[in-house]
Amino acid sequence: MASYSTNEFRSGLKIMMDGYPCSIIENEFVKPGKGQAFNRVKIRNLKTGRVLEKTFKSGETVEAADVVDTDMQYLYSDGEAWHFMHPESFEQFTADETTLGDARKWLKEQDTVVVTLWDSVPIAITPPNHVVLTIVETDPGVRGDTSGGGGKPATCDTGAVVRVPLFIDIGEQIKVDTRTGEYVGRVKD
Amino acid sequence: MQLRARLRQRIRAFFQARKVLEVETPILSIAGTTDLYIDSMVTHAGLEQDVTLYLQTSPEFAMKRLLAAGSGAIYQLAKVFRYAEYGRQHHPEFTMLEWYRPGFDHRQLMDEVDALVRELLRDRLSLQPTLKWTYRQAWQQTLNIDPFTAAPDELQAYALQQGIETVGDMEDKDAWLQLIMNYCIEPALPRETPVFIYDYPASQAALAKVRQEPNPVAERFELYINGMELANGFHELTDANEQRQRFAEDNKKRRRAGKRQIPMDEKLLGALNSLPDCAGVALGFDRVMMLAGGKDNIQAVLSFEST
Repeated sequence: MASYSTNEFRSGLKIMMDGYPCSIIENEFVKPGKGQAFNRVKIRNLKTGRVLEKTFKSGETVEAADVVDTDMQYLYSDGEAWHFMHPESFEQFTADETTLGDARKWLKEQDTVVVTLWDSVPIAITPPNHVVLTIVETDPGVRGDTSGGGGKPATCDTGAVVRVPLFIDIGEQIKVDTRTGEYVGRVKD
Repeated sequence: MQLRARLRQRIRAFFQARKVLEVETPILSIAGTTDLYIDSMVTHAGLEQDVTLYLQTSPEFAMKRLLAAGSGAIYQLAKVFRYAEYGRQHHPEFTMLEWYRPGFDHRQLMDEVDALVRELLRDRLSLQPTLKWTYRQAWQQTLNIDPFTAAPDELQAYALQQGIETVGDMEDKDAWLQLIMNYCIEPALPRETPVFIYDYPASQAALAKVRQEPNPVAERFELYINGMELANGFHELTDANEQRQRFAEDNKKRRRAGKRQIPMDEKLLGALNSLPDCAGVALGFDRVMMLAGGKDNIQAVLSFEST
């Protein structure tokens, strides 16, 4: 099994901690003039998303996590499982609702998403930063108001509810930032 | 760069006025430090049998040989190298100001360090009156723990209570002391104030004299400003036999830790019995630059990054 020494720690490195794959967010080397050096490390548990801080004696080694981020096409959901396909190998992977988490409400069939695989099993899905969604339900549009001030909730075809400007109508397409959940702009064909 | 030049000038003026001689010693040596926690970089120079050479981690051994030969008070601004030390306050290559004062003990040297640091920072920081705490006082005042009597598992429990989660083997009491010192005491030290901490546990003596008391203490001090360690000084050990034993003990610890054995500096050991009673200190020049320049990362005060 591959392993990393604390000297190799850098942000983004994937390691095993308490039985879970984790990603290093921040690594700080601390050392008194005479004595033991430590690495003070912030890591994110890739399965739960929880961030924790751990202190390693410098020079310790830790098991590498077999975690890879892969671009895949989202195919469809049957209600219980969500199906993804590798664009080159055409290999299919399925993820459950827990793994999907928040990503669920941004998934549109045919979109390319990042699937995080741990030992070839999806543990996290990251949607594209921006997605284009169609409004399926919202209060009637107020013509002439293009200020965007105020706003109203709108339900999209994926089920996501986004705050949109008053002039947006049902059937229109909007661009949304999936990281913040905010409306970015109207998309015209 | 201008600040660096100005501070170097002030250092030279400070020591010239005090009749301390500037010296230069070799960076490469066939011996290195045996310290378990300091790893030397190694190189080869194509000499006989292509012997392994160690880049100095401090100019201490060579300067002590000069002292033993009768140099009197000396100082040096030296480039030093430490393997795999890289962080906000660490860089594998850095500049160390090291000086020795025959006839001084660690307390007298603390006063001189204080005077120099104030001279270097005089137009940069408005420093409060200097504090001098024993290692024990620092622990008792900050955390209400006695570092000499606390058992390793008490220290472990305290660390855990402070939310410090450690990974791996921490059987060594000194490792716990250093961890808590680093996480809990250093950040709690008063700001803009030179704080000297002295009389360390004998287990952290390195090359300092040990004073036999109910709790033996090493005559060693550290200077902190804004929670950052700036200098480490010793009332120097002048007993070659004891030094040889400490080096051998270090190498045993290195073997247990799976680290390479370092040849002892026999020339230093041969000279040590002639070393006059003296105190010496190493000051991290780049860290003084960080304070003077208001930077919190050592990279910001170097001319170029090494990577």
